[in-house]
Amino acid sequence: MSETRYTKDHEWVRVDGGVATVGITQYAAEQLGDVVFVELPKVGKAVEKGGEAAVVESVKAASEVYAPISGEIVEVNGAIEGEPAKVNAEPMGGGWFIKLKVKDAAEVSALMTEAQYQDYVKGL
Amino acid sequence: MMNKQGRATTGSGGHHMDIETISGDRGLDHEEPLIFELGRAGKCGVDLPDLEIKHDRLGGLRRRGQIGLPGLSEPEVVRHFVRLSRKNYAIDAGLYPLGSCTMKHNPRLNEKMARLPGFADIHPLQPVSTVQGALALIEELAFWLKTLTNMPAVAMSPKAGAHGEQCGLKTIKAAHKARGEKRSVILVPESAHGTNPATAALVGYTVEEVPANERGRVDVEALKAKLGPHVAAVMLTNPNTCGLFENDMRAIADAVHKAGAYFYCDGANFNAIVGKVRPGDLGIDAMHINLHKTFSTPHGGGGPGAGPVVLSAALAPFAPLPLIVHDAGGFRLVEDKADAKARDAKPFGRMCAFHGQMGMFVRALAYMISHGADGLAQVAEDAVLNANYILASLKDVMSAPFGKGPCMHEALFDDTFLKDTGVTTLDIAKALIDEGYHPMTMYFPLVVHGAMLIEPTETESKRSLDEFVAVMRGLVEKAKGNDKSRFQGAPFLAPRRRLDETAAARKPILRWTPPAPKAQAAE
Amino acid sequence: MRYLPLTEADRRTMLGVIGAKSVDDLFRDVPQEAYLTTLVDLPMHAGEIEVERQLGRLAAKNVSAGAVPFFVGAGAYRHHVPASVDHLIQRSEFLTSYTPYQPEIAQGTLQYLFEFQTQVALLTGMEVANASMYDGSTGATEAVLMAARVTGKKRVVLSGNLHPHYVETIRTTAETAGLEIVTGKPAPAAGETADHLVDDQTACLVVQNPDFFGNLRDITPLSDATHAKGALLIAVVTEVVSLGAVTPPGEMGADIVVAEGQSVGNPLNFGGPYVGLFATRQKFVRQMPGRLVGETADVDGRRGYVLTLSTREQHIRREKATSNICTNSGLCSLAFTIHLALLGEEGFARLAALSHERAVMTADRLSKVKGVELVTPTFFNEFTLKLPKPTAEVVEKLAKEHVLGGVPASRLLPHDKSLTNHLIVAATELTTPQDIDAFAAALTKVLT
Repeated sequence: MSETRYTKDHEWVRVDGGVATVGITQYAAEQLGDVVFVELPKVGKAVEKGGEAAVVESVKAASEVYAPISGEIVEVNGAIEGEPAKVNAEPMGGGWFIKLKVKDAAEVSALMTEAQYQDYVKGL
Repeated sequence: MMNKQGRATTGSGGHHMDIETISGDRGLDHEEPLIFELGRAGKCGVDLPDLEIKHDRLGGLRRRGQIGLPGLSEPEVVRHFVRLSRKNYAIDAGLYPLGSCTMKHNPRLNEKMARLPGFADIHPLQPVSTVQGALALIEELAFWLKTLTNMPAVAMSPKAGAHGEQCGLKTIKAAHKARGEKRSVILVPESAHGTNPATAALVGYTVEEVPANERGRVDVEALKAKLGPHVAAVMLTNPNTCGLFENDMRAIADAVHKAGAYFYCDGANFNAIVGKVRPGDLGIDAMHINLHKTFSTPHGGGGPGAGPVVLSAALAPFAPLPLIVHDAGGFRLVEDKADAKARDAKPFGRMCAFHGQMGMFVRALAYMISHGADGLAQVAEDAVLNANYILASLKDVMSAPFGKGPCMHEALFDDTFLKDTGVTTLDIAKALIDEGYHPMTMYFPLVVHGAMLIEPTETESKRSLDEFVAVMRGLVEKAKGNDKSRFQGAPFLAPRRRLDETAAARKPILRWTPPAPKAQAAE
Repeated sequence: MRYLPLTEADRRTMLGVIGAKSVDDLFRDVPQEAYLTTLVDLPMHAGEIEVERQLGRLAAKNVSAGAVPFFVGAGAYRHHVPASVDHLIQRSEFLTSYTPYQPEIAQGTLQYLFEFQTQVALLTGMEVANASMYDGSTGATEAVLMAARVTGKKRVVLSGNLHPHYVETIRTTAETAGLEIVTGKPAPAAGETADHLVDDQTACLVVQNPDFFGNLRDITPLSDATHAKGALLIAVVTEVVSLGAVTPPGEMGADIVVAEGQSVGNPLNFGGPYVGLFATRQKFVRQMPGRLVGETADVDGRRGYVLTLSTREQHIRREKATSNICTNSGLCSLAFTIHLALLGEEGFARLAALSHERAVMTADRLSKVKGVELVTPTFFNEFTLKLPKPTAEVVEKLAKEHVLGGVPASRLLPHDKSLTNHLIVAATELTTPQDIDAFAAALTKVLT
């Protein structure tokens, strides 16, 4: 499994065997507050880097989750549909959103590293 | 410590809250079940005559099975709703400083007039010869609206502000179509109310945001840079959602028109300028007027409203059906496109069944005639004076991002003054509830951090404003004095304390359902 | 001026605190050329006596429904409103409060809206309902937009017997939103003419029951056929009292039910304000337009109500909102809730049965008038007659005989020459046998 990479929109990506798991960061989950609803895409849908992949809602806010890289959706996390609180409890683990078949590995390595993301968040 | 009435204020933090009552009620505050929990089969609150014939013509569609409505007598119904009413704050009961909502006094004369049988008990499809007074009233109201705005036409049928926005943008779309143009973008300032982009999207436009400048106004250069042949309209609120007059209106109008676009103004804040500034003199092409804001028709807990749209000469021919015309036979309703076309009108369509919010028209006209030209100008002056008095009386202890100059009808503060206190805008709002006030508008507009938008309106006395100012200053002092406990748990003294909105959204319960039948006892 | 509390002395003091020389100083951001220095050309202020006189004169020029035998319907109906309804909705705490954004001090509004949502869901036979729309026609429009969101399709089929104003309202908004509208032909005496237009590109079929001409039909076959194409069935009810006597659309397969709720608790008001009812299936709740109230608890564990699922709405979602609506029909929905609470199961069924009975009596009596033919064999409280003369003139002549005798189909469908002689007639519990006799006598006179 590769190291976790990050986007400026506060998504994280972890690649394992050509499949990328995507979620929102701890920082994003805290900013959003209690997550009450998630809308996930259909398996098989192709998404472009930067395109809308999912929606996450708290009581007073709704945010798009953007695809950090291009690829085809191969799995969605049904568990967070039934229990949105999981996104707050384990944003970096069990609260993942989607899995993508990686189209271009270079897109992953272009994203921020853990250290770079932490610096980025500090500057916000 | 003594409060303003000279009564002793409890020093020990209100220990009366700890008293448990047997009923669960607290003095005048009654816990009230749902009607579905109160009702019993076999009771009824109306007496209707017996049926005379037994057979029906329902063609086999007679309802089988019960609906599930509860049965209640009239006294039970009256008590239920009176008890519910006492859980509401209302402008009749106190200052309601909800910015951008114009919560002013609602004269009861208006209610009386709207209930005259000649207005309330007439049908929209009666022969036109039997509703000449109603059509005359709509025309009279239209005349007042056109005169106050210096605009040549008005579409009367939109049912609320957002509906008026829709009407205005559809008129613009029709005008471009008639010129053979297809334009796709509406420019909206980032400080705009959420309805503006929502409406633009509904009418099939995409939205581009225009940034604000450091003075809380639209950045005119940024706006000009975004204009082009793809832009259908600029949608601006004036006075804007920061409570400020957009002083570059003429320059914006000229630039917009030069680009072949139209200038839409959200008239939600018309109360600040009624009788003082006519939007038609600023180059506006369309503006909706919330009769439930400026012209005092009651908000009713969220409607009904009314949102007539005044239109420039360029847009007037495209106003929606119905149209009212006057000829030798008196007033006539034009309800059909072909009929309109014969009169050189090109209506874009129809906003709703029938002719608009007549009940609201009567109330608004009663208000206008009561005030007259002199009273309406005084309304704007006093609304602006009251807001500036609040601004001047609070800006030394709170933070007013645009407090250097005067505001219009509402005073905007941000949460800079709460930095490092651990108290938030939300906490201040909830503490105001304990002080007997409805909170101000919070977190809107989005362009300032932790916004608090205070609109007192012209119907508050100086005494009322002074009391409010004293309470606000007291709360600010408590917040800065690290007295977090009175804020973070607030409100303590309302019919309910903070409600769990997360639980409500995660597992929505949107209706009452009968309790499951009790399980048989085990024995 | 009786509504303005500031005195001249107050104003001077306040200007002093502000540090402004005059009120004009506060308006200094207004471009000088647009700042009025004189009053607009309108009359000066007036006292209550004068306002009552002026508006009373206008009101007196109208023939109010209660003054004459009255049979006008076609989307708005004159029912009796109990005195306590109008009293309760005028309580300050209901009349002069805003949208319940602060739930701790708005439980009165929130609880009655929760009761309203429950009543609407029960009446329509649906699972969930919202806190009201502006009226039936705009509610129907929102239903069409919702069906397009749910199905991802853009073709909308409207029944030929849908109220023509509803057709025009839907068309106006749906077309600018990029949808394609297809309509059936009005057919007062025949079955549905639009169902065959539903194809697999269709988002929804909209049918009215009872329809514009009064026909009452089992819409189950229409919903089956619609569902077979992957489209939704939207049922429109313009006379909500019918639901006290008739199988609700929810039991006939409708996916969205929209109704005009004016008939319960609200006067005719010359067309507004009214109250739109909007109900659907639980699975579509996040695609619904409008405000929703949900049950929850406060920090002390006491039951309470809040506005919920707000992320669908314009103030959060902006251009991605399900609708641009914010203000709806709060006070009209309160009148509806109170009137329906007074009626209860028994009273509502009785009200519906009486309205039907009076319509049957009217239809039987009028169809005995020479040359008059009843076109709609099954109906609730409204039916269509075919007269030997153009109805537009007939109703004007009836009005001169002091009878408001229904709506000419040609007023709403002027281009369909086959409907020139059709008259749509409605009755309610307020229709008396004397009214019916007067109508029959006047009609006989006008037709001969």
